[in-house]
Amino acid sequence: MKPGQFAYHAPQTVQEAVAMLAEVASQEGRVLAGGQSLVPAMALRLALPAHLVDINGVAELGRLAAETGELAIGACVRHARLERPVVDGPLGRLLSNVVRHIAHYPIRTRGTFCGSLANADPASEWCLVAATLGATMVAKSVRGTRTIAAADFFQGMMATALEPDELLVEARLPILSPDTRFGFYEFNRRAGDFAIVMALAVYRVEHGVIVDSRVGVGGVEGHPRRIAAAEQALAGRAPASEVFRAAADAAAKVVEPIDSKPELAAYKRDVTRTAVRRALEAAEKSL
Amino acid sequence: MSDNKTEVVLTVNGKDYAIRVEARRTLADALRELCGLTGTNSGCEHGVCGTCTVIVDGDPVRSCLMFAVQAQGKQIRTIEGLADGGKLHPLQRAFIEHHGLQCGFCTPGFLMLAASTLERDPHISDADLVEVLSSNLCRCTGYQNIIKAVRAAAAEMRAR
Repeated sequence: MKPGQFAYHAPQTVQEAVAMLAEVASQEGRVLAGGQSLVPAMALRLALPAHLVDINGVAELGRLAAETGELAIGACVRHARLERPVVDGPLGRLLSNVVRHIAHYPIRTRGTFCGSLANADPASEWCLVAATLGATMVAKSVRGTRTIAAADFFQGMMATALEPDELLVEARLPILSPDTRFGFYEFNRRAGDFAIVMALAVYRVEHGVIVDSRVGVGGVEGHPRRIAAAEQALAGRAPASEVFRAAADAAAKVVEPIDSKPELAAYKRDVTRTAVRRALEAAEKSL
Repeated sequence: MSDNKTEVVLTVNGKDYAIRVEARRTLADALRELCGLTGTNSGCEHGVCGTCTVIVDGDPVRSCLMFAVQAQGKQIRTIEGLADGGKLHPLQRAFIEHHGLQCGFCTPGFLMLAASTLERDPHISDADLVEVLSSNLCRCTGYQNIIKAVRAAAAEMRAR
């Protein structure tokens, strides 16, 4: 249960960090942010990086700022910083609602928002939030800076569009308008466990009907994603329990659980139906 | 460096410990084996059980998920620093009075978790307290007496 040997690098600036990463990326080099997923993997020797580039000393990566309609979350912003709403309106409340489902408090004091995105665990709450709300990821390397839309960023189980020499310096979430309703529902066996299935729903109501709906499901497929069929079932309909049920049924029908055993896949499909319905019901009560 | 070790100074309970440590050495192991502070117990060694919880710059952290080299320059607090000399901390007394421990293995972790929690929020609600305490494992007490002990200590600390 002891991590294997690695060379430790502690850059002080983003420039230094990406320069170091460029040097070591091809030699089993990894970024160390909060370490709450990577270090357990190292203790179990599932991960044996030869180099770790520790970004915790890079002050500029602790940036958390609302600007031009977006909330910018720097690479070193820890989960616990989002426990109290960091922006006015639904987005701040959504983040502080969801964060409490992430592991336990002493993990949330270290683990980071962007680290969760880069790790891309299928059961990651932040990956579900990023995919559902349509976050933009900002990746930096010595080759330059690029932005990646959530729909392109998540590519599969623990797989993202990040190149080995790229550092996810920031994630940007759209700030939700004050009339946006949101609901999050997670099912697991014990508090703090990985989600078995979770769902996030956001929508607005205009002239009595649902508009701009986004429904995301996580923990079921290789990565969390929006479920278009569920959104279509909501569009233009007045919020009501039969409408939510129809959207939940649509989601349960189209998800493709990654579980290899058919009975597990059927179970996840079933729980998806419940999770989506409960997220939608919670959204209805959120304003 | 031929032996792959780095000079690190850890500040634990206000005292500096100059150690030579491999980067892969966790803070938990460095505290126990290089600083001689064996009050912090090491349990699962992958962040699940919480028995190695210490306070780093005011926050409770799993010391098995932090490398010792990362803790340089930070204020680390461990169970050895909780009592005021020979006078037990209210939490320590409450754990004895309310039978919040049996074998004692998880106790240092619970005490540091509870201490940092009450320092952060002396008026923490019962629901939030249960949520925070759910992060550590105890296989003896069934948790109820730990919750009782922390509540009693919280009331005592607020009354001061």
